[in-house]
Amino acid sequence: MSQTYDIIIVGAGIVGAACAAECARAGLKTLVLDRGPVSGGTTAAGMGHIVVMDDSEAQFALTNYSRRLWMELRPELPAEVEYDSCGTLWVAADGEELAEVRRKQAFYTERGVRVEVLDAEDIRSAEPNLRPGLAGGLRVVEDAVVYPPCAARFLLDQSKRHGAELRTSVTVHELLGDGGVRLADGSRISAGRCVSATGPWSPALTPGLPVRKRKGHLVITDRHPGFVRHQIVELGYLKSAHSMGKDSVAFNIQPRQTGQMLIGSSRQFDAEDTAVDQPILERMLKRAIEYLPSLGRLSSIRVWTGHRAATPDKLPIIGPSVVGDRVWLATGHEGLGITTSLGTGRLLADLLLGRRTEIPASPYSPARFEGAKA
Amino acid sequence: MSERRFDFEIVVVGAGPAGLAAACMAAENGKRVAVVDDTPWLGGQIWRGQQARPLVPQAQKWIERFRRSGATLLDRTSVIAAPRAGVLLAEHANGPREIHWDKLILATGARELFLPFPGWTLPGILGPGGLQSLAKSGWPVSGQRVVVAGSGPLLLAVADGLKKLGAKIVSIAEQAQWGRVAGFGATLLAHPAKLAQAARIKWRLLGVPYRCGVWPVKAEGDTQIRQVTLTDGQRSWTEACDLLACGFGLAPNVELPLALGCELLEGFVWVDAWQATSAAHVYCAGEPTGIGGADCALVEGQIAGHTASEHKAEAQALFQERSRWHEFRSALARAFALRAELKSLATADTLVCRCEDVSLGRMKQFAGWRDAKLQSRCGMGACQGRVCGAAAKVIFGWGMESVRPPVLPARIESLISVAEKESAEGGKASTGSECRAPALREYEN
Ligand SMILES: Cc1cc2nc3c(=O)[nH]c(=O)nc-3n(C[C@H](O)[C@H](O)[C@H](O)COP(=O)(O)OP(=O)(O)OC[C@H]3O[C@@H](n4cnc5c(N)ncnc54)[C@H](O)[C@@H]3O)c2cc1C
Ligand SMILES: Cc1cc2nc3c(=O)[nH]c(=O)nc-3n(C[C@H](O)[C@H](O)[C@H](O)COP(=O)(O)OP(=O)(O)OC[C@H]3O[C@@H](n4cnc5c(N)ncnc54)[C@H](O)[C@@H]3O)c2cc1C
Repeated sequence: MSQTYDIIIVGAGIVGAACAAECARAGLKTLVLDRGPVSGGTTAAGMGHIVVMDDSEAQFALTNYSRRLWMELRPELPAEVEYDSCGTLWVAADGEELAEVRRKQAFYTERGVRVEVLDAEDIRSAEPNLRPGLAGGLRVVEDAVVYPPCAARFLLDQSKRHGAELRTSVTVHELLGDGGVRLADGSRISAGRCVSATGPWSPALTPGLPVRKRKGHLVITDRHPGFVRHQIVELGYLKSAHSMGKDSVAFNIQPRQTGQMLIGSSRQFDAEDTAVDQPILERMLKRAIEYLPSLGRLSSIRVWTGHRAATPDKLPIIGPSVVGDRVWLATGHEGLGITTSLGTGRLLADLLLGRRTEIPASPYSPARFEGAKA
Repeated sequence: MSERRFDFEIVVVGAGPAGLAAACMAAENGKRVAVVDDTPWLGGQIWRGQQARPLVPQAQKWIERFRRSGATLLDRTSVIAAPRAGVLLAEHANGPREIHWDKLILATGARELFLPFPGWTLPGILGPGGLQSLAKSGWPVSGQRVVVAGSGPLLLAVADGLKKLGAKIVSIAEQAQWGRVAGFGATLLAHPAKLAQAARIKWRLLGVPYRCGVWPVKAEGDTQIRQVTLTDGQRSWTEACDLLACGFGLAPNVELPLALGCELLEGFVWVDAWQATSAAHVYCAGEPTGIGGADCALVEGQIAGHTASEHKAEAQALFQERSRWHEFRSALARAFALRAELKSLATADTLVCRCEDVSLGRMKQFAGWRDAKLQSRCGMGACQGRVCGAAAKVIFGWGMESVRPPVLPARIESLISVAEKESAEGGKASTGSECRAPALREYEN
């Protein structure tokens, strides 16, 4: 029996969009389905920081690879994607955190990532609105910021130019073992393979998948151009070793091309609702004001929440759900899915087509979790 | 009570006719009552500025009654969030405020409805209510040629007010058909005071053309509006002017009610006969429940005030009067229903979202409000879709998504409640202190 599609991608968030762009470009007949509009899920709620990370070698490999792909894509990106290579500024409050700056500097430099160490004076001139008395920081020069919903739309438009189809407002009920999908209305669409790129909702289609929702809050300000110049992130989380709670906040602020700022961030497990949690919002904002004392006087226009798709080892799940099977996964991107979307799409297409992957794909393999084989 | 934390049995949001009437009843019934309003005056939109120079007897009566009632006024205080049951967060020039309530009455009024047409963003084009407010607070309109256009009885009232202040009213263009407006005039027979008021206004506006079935299609100018093109559907003509007061009726302020979990019915806050909303201990009166004018707001406010202070018999005694005003409210909606042509005034390059410069053509590419918002940024600016969202509802039939705090733009520090702040300042452990950041070495984005 001939298949209608080579591949069906469920989820039109940035991860599904990146997978679609790669699959279609490789010549696969691709269909993308989403129950909502394009990027109406986590992709609409996130910050859009393109950042190289160093929590583990595997995390570094995927973020660094993905950031390179973003930089390559940059000339093609339309203005509304708002790609801005503002860089990341990791801020050290004291000597202890300065030691972390040095560790990071060594880590990144060894691996060819451009960084600059800032002393107390440098950081004052780099970001005059930061509070006086900070010890220093690390600038990761080529980190960037994008506007995720338009980035996802751009990737889907790319896939469409290579023949992919997009259908929104279509809910998938089941991923079928033969590669097709069954929709909420009971109808089936046949395909050689299907990919679940359903982010925090992926356990609904793949029961047992170890993906948990991790709630985050963000605040957007009115336009205050130039108030901050980098995506600024604290290194202060290092000192929280004595506390054991499950909820956390950290200072993280992002300048937007509109002159607005996005203020984060918070992390909560077991909070499935989307309501604004006042106590955690307050802790998050107080933390931000500790670093940027005059921030409190600026105008905010909206607070919202989103759910990250968290995995136990903080790495995404990319590949076939059962070795050799027709149901594939591209989920679990936690707080880095905007960054790692491009690497994910490329890895997935390489694996599907049996091409050599540019970075080892095994750390992200679903096979590392029992549940994914269900 | 500190400057920041306030505790009342009954809190009323909005000091318009509905809010004042509610507060008077509740306070006269012996409750500790506060009225919160973001403006520096009593009286809301319609009685703006009456405090200093009482002109309208009705306004004078209610404002005096309020002053004697013992209720507290928290003016220049914008309610921005309802973080948990019984608490409102508000912003005042001196800092954030936290207002605690046992019963809450929402009387947040309405705002003007704007519909985009080519040129509508030119300087010199204002909402009729907005222009009236500016003029009342001293903005010079004397000698200015004003065209008043759009829909609703407000057009006449505003033209009258502006004329008194020396403006030259070129013409009044009401989009509703004459037949409907005349029918509405007939319902005024049931409300003699309104009829007399209307007659007086008509008399004073003698010589000013009041055209029904006429609407604006284009405004032109350079640094400001110079002329407006009007049409009756058959024929179009231009009128030279210095100002265009244009608004297509009122849209209810339902953001705060939504933030409190009140259900809506056809875009208005649903209330039962006691003015109680679907949210526990939350009442609503005036324009958010339906655009019925100041008299309707006054009765609803009184009923809400009585109910909230457990004086149900007094509330019930007003039901009949309220039904008369609800008939008036329905007549108003029927008479001034917006004509379909207004949905297609804007051309592809007409801006719909002024905060983010999003054109109609751009918005048309999307299937719904959320899609359009995410991709084109419409409604993402400072007004959070209060203007363009209401217009998109008329043009595309799109519904807006749920509200998020702050209800009005607010300083970031205002989102931090007072208790949190004081405990932080005093070094005391806050309730959240047992769950500090975890021991993960992890980037937080
Ligand atoms: C507060 C916050 C801040 C963040 N900041 C950053 C950052 O700075 N940098 C970064 O790189 N990442 C960040 N992230 C993470 C990033 O936003 C996510 O990792 C990324 O958006 C995940 O994309 P996705 O496509 O996997 O998921 P989603 O965008 O959630 O897409 C999943 C899609 O699947 C659809 N779907 C689900 N179930 C079905 C079904 N049954 N049928 C049909 N469709 C279905 C949904 O409608 C949705 O559109 C942040 C996240 C949060 C919450
Ligand atoms: C701009 C404008 C001008 C008008 N002019 C006239 C006129 O000239 N003649 C006429 O007959 N009718 C006029 N109307 C209609 C008239 O306002 C209403 O019919 C009547 O006032 C309704 O009373 P209300 O109490 O429901 O609301 P309003 O009078 O609108 O009062 C609501 C009050 O609540 C306050 N408020 C709202 N949200 C918050 C918040 N989150 N925090 C704190 N305070 C808040 C507002 O500032 C306002 O003071 C006008 C309406 C508008 C919008």
